[in-house]
Amino acid sequence: MQTQLTKGYSISEEGYYGNFGGAYIPELLYNNVHELAQNYLQITQDPDFKKELDLLLKDYVGRPSPLYFAKKLSKKYNAKIYLKREDLNHTGSHKINNALGQALLAKKLGKQKIIAETGAGQHGVATATACALLGLDCTVFMGQVDIERQAPNVSRMKMLGAKIIAATSGTKTLKDATNEAIRYWINNNDSYYLIGSVVGPHPYPDLVTRFQAIISEEIKEQLLIAEGKKDPDYVLACIGGGSNAAGAFFNFIGNEKVKLIGIEAAGKGLHTDHTAATLQKGSSGIIHGSKTFLMQTNDGQITEPYSISAGLDYPGIGPLHAHLHETGQATYLSASDEEAITAAFELMQEEGIIPALESAHAFAALKKIEFKSSDVVVINLSGRGDKDLDTYLKHFN
Amino acid sequence: MKTRTELLFEKQPGNNLSIFITAGFPKKESLLEIIPLLENSDCDIIEIGIPFSDPSADGPVIQQSSTLALNNGMNLELLFKQVKQVRPLTTKPIILMGYLNSLLKFGIEAFYRSCHEAGVDGLIIPDLPLKEFKKEHELYIKKYKLDFIFLITPTTENKRALELATNSSGFVYLVSSNSTTGTENKNRLDLSEKIILLKKSGLKIPLLIGFGISTASDFTKACEQANGAIIGSAFIQLVKNSTNLQKDIPQFIQTIKTKSYDHSIN
Repeated sequence: MQTQLTKGYSISEEGYYGNFGGAYIPELLYNNVHELAQNYLQITQDPDFKKELDLLLKDYVGRPSPLYFAKKLSKKYNAKIYLKREDLNHTGSHKINNALGQALLAKKLGKQKIIAETGAGQHGVATATACALLGLDCTVFMGQVDIERQAPNVSRMKMLGAKIIAATSGTKTLKDATNEAIRYWINNNDSYYLIGSVVGPHPYPDLVTRFQAIISEEIKEQLLIAEGKKDPDYVLACIGGGSNAAGAFFNFIGNEKVKLIGIEAAGKGLHTDHTAATLQKGSSGIIHGSKTFLMQTNDGQITEPYSISAGLDYPGIGPLHAHLHETGQATYLSASDEEAITAAFELMQEEGIIPALESAHAFAALKKIEFKSSDVVVINLSGRGDKDLDTYLKHFN
Repeated sequence: MKTRTELLFEKQPGNNLSIFITAGFPKKESLLEIIPLLENSDCDIIEIGIPFSDPSADGPVIQQSSTLALNNGMNLELLFKQVKQVRPLTTKPIILMGYLNSLLKFGIEAFYRSCHEAGVDGLIIPDLPLKEFKKEHELYIKKYKLDFIFLITPTTENKRALELATNSSGFVYLVSSNSTTGTENKNRLDLSEKIILLKKSGLKIPLLIGFGISTASDFTKACEQANGAIIGSAFIQLVKNSTNLQKDIPQFIQTIKTKSYDHSIN
């Protein structure tokens, strides 16, 4: 059985997007993952569930997020540039769309204990928020290094009632936080694992994509009013695991008029080992239960990525993106730390917006594409930069 | 032709002890020392762990052994070389256990061919799904006359448990608790339902119990129900703390096994 989602791709019953995806999990997790795979579509497509989630997205998150015409950037880059303001959501990023959706789903499945991994802390904060709202227990796994570089988000999660567990294995970042969350899940089968990106075993990539798809759904409606057409010429989004990009791309996949551009973190540069540009530097394999592209040695050991932005510092990428990359349905570029910082300051000074370091990578791509003056370009501004003030201040002089 | 593992269970249906050791731990060449010691001991099956950077089903003891092994420079090529070197020194079945990514990067057929050439008898790849196994792996398992062992937990649904057992060869790995390896056994669940199911099924496949088995008493209890048990983290811990492997390994195996001799499989 194939579920046809859009013209561009279908996902098989086993959770494959072409050659990528699937559920590569030990038998110990089979029941949990299988239970979710069997039920997620039915629950999330139930009219009552949709109504409850839609209401929360509207009144609690503040959706629809504005589609803002960036006049000065447009002039500078000679195109019509719109910003999808996910940074204006409650908790400051697109992560809340998925966290609320999955927390509601967990509740319907009768789960009381939520676990989550987080890199920059945006998903952790969103999950802690959703759990506080819905009365669920929340435990967040976070790499020790990220705990130090994203201190304000750690405090937020704690105040929201979440328990933080530091991941001290590996390089103590997002990959290791995910390993620890998986181990905890094996040992605590009654927990619901609320994954923050379009990664992990099936059905997570599809589940998270569906909760984030509201981004492109709104873009279509908003563009129709602003430009008299639903389809932009370009959609730009940054990619770590790839959830904000999956949401911004979803309703345009298979639409040949729309160029989908994902921007990975090049870190200190593609020519160095200090990078997180998985599609550029990685190869096919298994990471966190999914077959996808990942950064690994010749011996199949997963390597430690590097990016200035904790949210993009992940050695894998969602299987949907691996598929879109392989089939040429989306183009993937990369931006270095330096390019992202420059783009962030430009956005601050031109438009008065402090973006998250992750989102700044998407803006760096403006310099890498030649636009026509008639091109309508949508950049997904996935999060705000409050959490990154320390890093910005270091570069501000 | 029967595999070494099948012959073992024919000759000795009960009280089988399988010992797990991570390749390259604690030193790069340690397999060359440890396997002959296991050969001369009362251990019955040798399981070698392929070290992996992200062993998400393993507890801290095996995780740390993997990290150390990788830092020591262990890799699959070297592992196969070492197994080939010790193969003539032991008659016991050698089973490799690892994560799928290591195998994929090496190349599926190349991996199984190298297993065959090195004298490996069977494989345990916990994150390889059954459907993928049938699609891309079973062919080579048969071609290179290897055993493939699936895991079954106390909460595996009966129909699925039978399917996994049917597709296993050599033995079935029964997981005694829903936990990562070497974890204090707070999640120990009753395996007897699965054991009765599998015994009644007519499949005649031996059953070994693993995860959270660390003492002679754990081993004895496991042998009352199954054809034997697997010890991993406790053995790694012993190797880690030992200053005299020549003395400590035989002694450890003896302690585990002697107390259980009175029991045999029914």
